[in-house]
Amino acid sequence: MPEFTDILNAIVLFSNFVLIPAASYGAQLALGALGITLVYSILRFSNFAHGDLMAFGTMCVILVTWGFQSMGISFGPLPTALLALPFGIIGAIGLSLMFDKTVYTFYRTKNSDPVIFVIVSTGVMFMTNAIVRFIIGPNDQRFMDGTKFLFRSREFKEFTGLSEGLALKSTQVLTLTVTLIAVAALFYFLQKTRTGKAMRAFSDNKDLALLSGINPDRVVFITWIIVAALATTAGTLYGLDKSFKPFTYFMLLLPMFAAAIVGGIGSPIGAVVGGFVIAFSEVIVTYAYKKFFIYLMPESLEPTGLMQFLSTDYKFAVSFIILVVVLLIRPTGIFKGQSI
Amino acid sequence: MNELLSQQNRAPLAFAVMALLLLAVGMGQSWPYALAILNLCLISAVMSLGVNIQWGYAGLLNLGVMGFTALGGLAAVLVSEAPVLEAWSVGGQGMAVSFILVVITIILSILVYRNMAASWQRRVALTVLYIGAFFTINHFYEPAVNAIESVNPATSGFLGGMGMPIIFSWILGGVMAAGVAWVVGKITLGLRSDYLAIATLGISEIIIAVLKNEDWLARGVKNVAGLDRRPVPFELDLQTTPWFIDMVQSLFSGRLAALADNDRAEALHQLVIQSSSIFVKLCYTGLFTVVLVAVLLLSMKALNSPWGRMMRAIRDNEEAANAMGKNVVRQHLQVFVLGSAVVGIAGAMLVTLDGQFTPTSYQPLRFTFLVWLMVIIGGSGNNLGAVFGGFFIWFMWIEAEPLSIAFMDLVTMGMDQASDLRAHLLKSAPHLRLFIMGLTLLLTMRFMPKGIIPEETRLHSV
Repeated sequence: MPEFTDILNAIVLFSNFVLIPAASYGAQLALGALGITLVYSILRFSNFAHGDLMAFGTMCVILVTWGFQSMGISFGPLPTALLALPFGIIGAIGLSLMFDKTVYTFYRTKNSDPVIFVIVSTGVMFMTNAIVRFIIGPNDQRFMDGTKFLFRSREFKEFTGLSEGLALKSTQVLTLTVTLIAVAALFYFLQKTRTGKAMRAFSDNKDLALLSGINPDRVVFITWIIVAALATTAGTLYGLDKSFKPFTYFMLLLPMFAAAIVGGIGSPIGAVVGGFVIAFSEVIVTYAYKKFFIYLMPESLEPTGLMQFLSTDYKFAVSFIILVVVLLIRPTGIFKGQSI
Repeated sequence: MNELLSQQNRAPLAFAVMALLLLAVGMGQSWPYALAILNLCLISAVMSLGVNIQWGYAGLLNLGVMGFTALGGLAAVLVSEAPVLEAWSVGGQGMAVSFILVVITIILSILVYRNMAASWQRRVALTVLYIGAFFTINHFYEPAVNAIESVNPATSGFLGGMGMPIIFSWILGGVMAAGVAWVVGKITLGLRSDYLAIATLGISEIIIAVLKNEDWLARGVKNVAGLDRRPVPFELDLQTTPWFIDMVQSLFSGRLAALADNDRAEALHQLVIQSSSIFVKLCYTGLFTVVLVAVLLLSMKALNSPWGRMMRAIRDNEEAANAMGKNVVRQHLQVFVLGSAVVGIAGAMLVTLDGQFTPTSYQPLRFTFLVWLMVIIGGSGNNLGAVFGGFFIWFMWIEAEPLSIAFMDLVTMGMDQASDLRAHLLKSAPHLRLFIMGLTLLLTMRFMPKGIIPEETRLHSV
């Protein structure tokens, strides 16, 4: 039987490398997937430009953050980017509404096929991508300031006397807190307010909603505002936690789609759950469990290999595999999204 | 004016403009550069024909073009690299056992799936089977991989290929892409259009991830360079070949005669060097043209045959075609496999031209979305349109960069030479080409949704 401290060490190890990173990554994916799901259920298309919208919003946040930093404005222990977030959201809303007016409205009034929307949204994706690369360049940008860690691995070890350390980055706590607030606000809005109800009605049955006197332009307008706000928040949190690079944001599109589809596309709760499912599977499948089992197993049974299902290089592929499997087995996702 | 732009005139006119553009590059920039663009235009046109078979004929939104291109590239490595015998002897057995076990697992899972009723018992049985298979296969696979990858890791570390001329990979590339497309199609073709797009996009990323990480197959991110069993002569060999030197001499005899005797030898040497590069490129142009014309003729014949008519019927109204007794799913699978095979051929041609296989170079923007632009802007459903799209978009993709830089130069002319903004604008100008591409796509979709050379409207009088 392993000793009690060994079990504790194993739990700490697992939390440090799997639970906490996966939870914050999951929260970021959830916010992104919420945007995709809202566009899908209300505007009725798969928005391939969502990753780049995230990049655009985050870029605005970074530029304003730099402006604040040069003016000497800071947010104490919290990152300055939080102060800049509203400006980034306004930028992303502007871009979304601009593209909606110039591009999507035309096809919406024509009632075009969803495929046409997908193709047009790739056009928007190209253009947004170009704007971001043109303004901020294709390279990595770090814009995190304020306190980095709530507590470090070394401090944790000294405090508890365990041999495994647990580090808690402030961005991880921040991500979870902001996500919680954003999701709660969104759900309150969708369930309790008049506009939110109008949006849900519009998504359920467009014709009936129009007959009941719901103004479709207003619904579309508000949807883009919410989507842009969610995308910018998700992008900023991801950028603070890791770093900002236009190409990475473009690549986030697939895990976000995977999250939305796994949860059930069109269902907001599904998007949140899906985000965590994808993030946890990515991390759990690619983590090497050798040390974890050394703590738990008697010496004679200790593993010799890395005890890893898939090499970390396949991290991204995991979400695609889950996506494909879900599309095959249960295309409506966990929470029975819209019928396909 | 309207008559000039009528349906019949559009294609010749478009290709004439394209030829003029390439000639302008040849005269304005340089001939080798123009030929390099032309060669990639030809490859792009083949890819675009492949996508057109799927989208234009059948309305399938396949965003996995990049994956099939990469499979063609993999075929080039597997055909032309010499086999690494040492790697085969240390790891070949383990690989063979793993392969057989994979096949057994697949057969078993099909048996379980077919013979058990849909229930939780079946799900449990399949899960147990897969987990068991995973650990058993890994038991043989991992040591074999480690053994193979430790054989001269700096230069080989993979199983190598068949050591045949690389041109055979154009066939194998098509076959491999077709095989994978069959599996992918079997899995995904039941999905609605935009789900199909997302699924294929994901699958192409999985293919690239495998190519990047399975070093035993094609060295992964260490790349395979120097694929030298190529179908055309090498520049350096040509420069010392008598008949080639004679040919250059007779071609440029007028210019050479005007020179003094002692300058003549040096001038001839320079001319031979320049001509050898042009000659090699022309050889590729010839080969690629043969492939393009063959694929184009076959595609046109297919589109006008009863088969093509059926495909269009399915595309335009699936339910009606189904009601008429056409097996929609089977036809979709067929057309998906055919189109992917053509893309695979193009992928093998591309690696043949480059002489190296670089998995990291496969990026969705360049290999999936750009090819889509070609088909849509050229004219989906029209083979000539797809070919023109391949030429035109590739040309734009290459020339948009110098043009954007020139444009930015013009815009920033009035600014202070030392200003940071000017430096930034000039440095970022190349990114404008993505902007131009996106804008072109949106404008085409809006004002010319059928593309530059639209599909012919067929009227049948009864």
